[in-house]
Amino acid sequence: MYRPRVIPCLLLRNRGLIKTVKFKEPKYLGDPINIVKIFNDKEVDELIFLDITCTPDNKEPPYALLADIASEAFMPFGYGGGIKNLDQIRRVLDLGVEKIVINSHAIHNPSFITHAADMVGSQSIVVSIDVKKNIWGKYEVYTRKGTKATGYDPVAYAMEMERLGAGELIISSIDRDGTMKGYDLALIKGVATKVKIPVVACGGAGKLDDLAGAVNEGRASAAGASSMFVFHGPHRAVLISYPDNHDLKKLFGS
Amino acid sequence: MLIVIDYGTGNLGSIANILKKAGIESNVSSDIDVIEKADRLILPGVGSFDNGMKQLEERGLIPVLNKKVLIDKTPILGICLGLQLMGKSSEEGTLSGLGWIDAQSIRFRFDGQIAHLKTPHMGWNILSYAKPHPIFTGLYDENRFYFVHSYYLVCKHSDSVMATTEYGFKFTCAAMNENILGVQFHPEKSHKFGMRLLKNFAEWEKT
Repeated sequence: MYRPRVIPCLLLRNRGLIKTVKFKEPKYLGDPINIVKIFNDKEVDELIFLDITCTPDNKEPPYALLADIASEAFMPFGYGGGIKNLDQIRRVLDLGVEKIVINSHAIHNPSFITHAADMVGSQSIVVSIDVKKNIWGKYEVYTRKGTKATGYDPVAYAMEMERLGAGELIISSIDRDGTMKGYDLALIKGVATKVKIPVVACGGAGKLDDLAGAVNEGRASAAGASSMFVFHGPHRAVLISYPDNHDLKKLFGS
Repeated sequence: MLIVIDYGTGNLGSIANILKKAGIESNVSSDIDVIEKADRLILPGVGSFDNGMKQLEERGLIPVLNKKVLIDKTPILGICLGLQLMGKSSEEGTLSGLGWIDAQSIRFRFDGQIAHLKTPHMGWNILSYAKPHPIFTGLYDENRFYFVHSYYLVCKHSDSVMATTEYGFKFTCAAMNENILGVQFHPEKSHKFGMRLLKNFAEWEKT
């Protein structure tokens, strides 16, 4: 039986893995290759890596690192960070990466999504959407690590990205990032019920039941998480964990 | 040598990576002479049906593949679009497929109680075997494979069906015709299960 995916979403910064809270307070976790090897041994469903330094520093994706990760990752994995032209997409996919995650450039140049999907197929083009409640309490799409409001409503924006050719969406709640207080299910459900493509819920997962909630109540196709897979205990000691397939099957009743 | 056919449509990096990890000697090539000498072939592929056929055609690979597969009976494994191209046609396009398996690819359509299911079928699923086959050795007790596709193969004859899986309904996810094998899922992205299947294929002695 089909089982919804559970996806560790990991942030890269200068060849190191980090974890943030509400997109701030980056904490260093360790060497990405070691962590990938651990996740590979635990047979994770999928991995997503986002390099948060590429766009602000106007850098190229870390090709050498991605090649190293690909040679250890025998599950699907996606990469995002600094993708703004088709050559970069081709180059990253050729390394053995399955999915390209696009965030900032989808906002600046929406037709890029169409060109990218035409070249490599929608299934490889994921649009990542960071959302926060604005001062009027309305959901709004943010960019630049959650510092700049775009004026877009997440549902309308998500539907537009689907129309342009995105094959999957990652919906991240900035307010819940790193808090482990549970997903923003209203946000997730609002988007997931309006698009036909798979939605990955992100931001706030703290326990296994949250993952099931993202799918059952939030109607997401996949549950993304990071704090709960990289931290252990109240002092947030770094410890990589991932539920085994048996527990996941039970959790999702599949 | 096992040759992974490069016809410009695929995620060849990940296939090369896992073959290497599994200790299987292989090369990626689009060269007709290299393909001619192969003792085993993998036909990968992502993207649209017509683009896949067009790319094979433009590289002049169809005659050598027909000879290898239909006359020399070289074992070949199609993956994802590679499987669909082995059929006769697809709803996705207007071009004819390779026609090695009597089958057509059709698009997922969900209505009624399963109308909420999303396309593509993306994620991990479990195979039910229609019949035993050496490429499934070691995978009967437990298996789990990664899928991402919007079209699925419908075989004209039940003999061709090797395995099915379920997403809304049951469909064929592995098919065969003698030396010709194809899988809808991605063994190169399916952990130890995929590695085992690829090893089995590399060691398969067709009798």
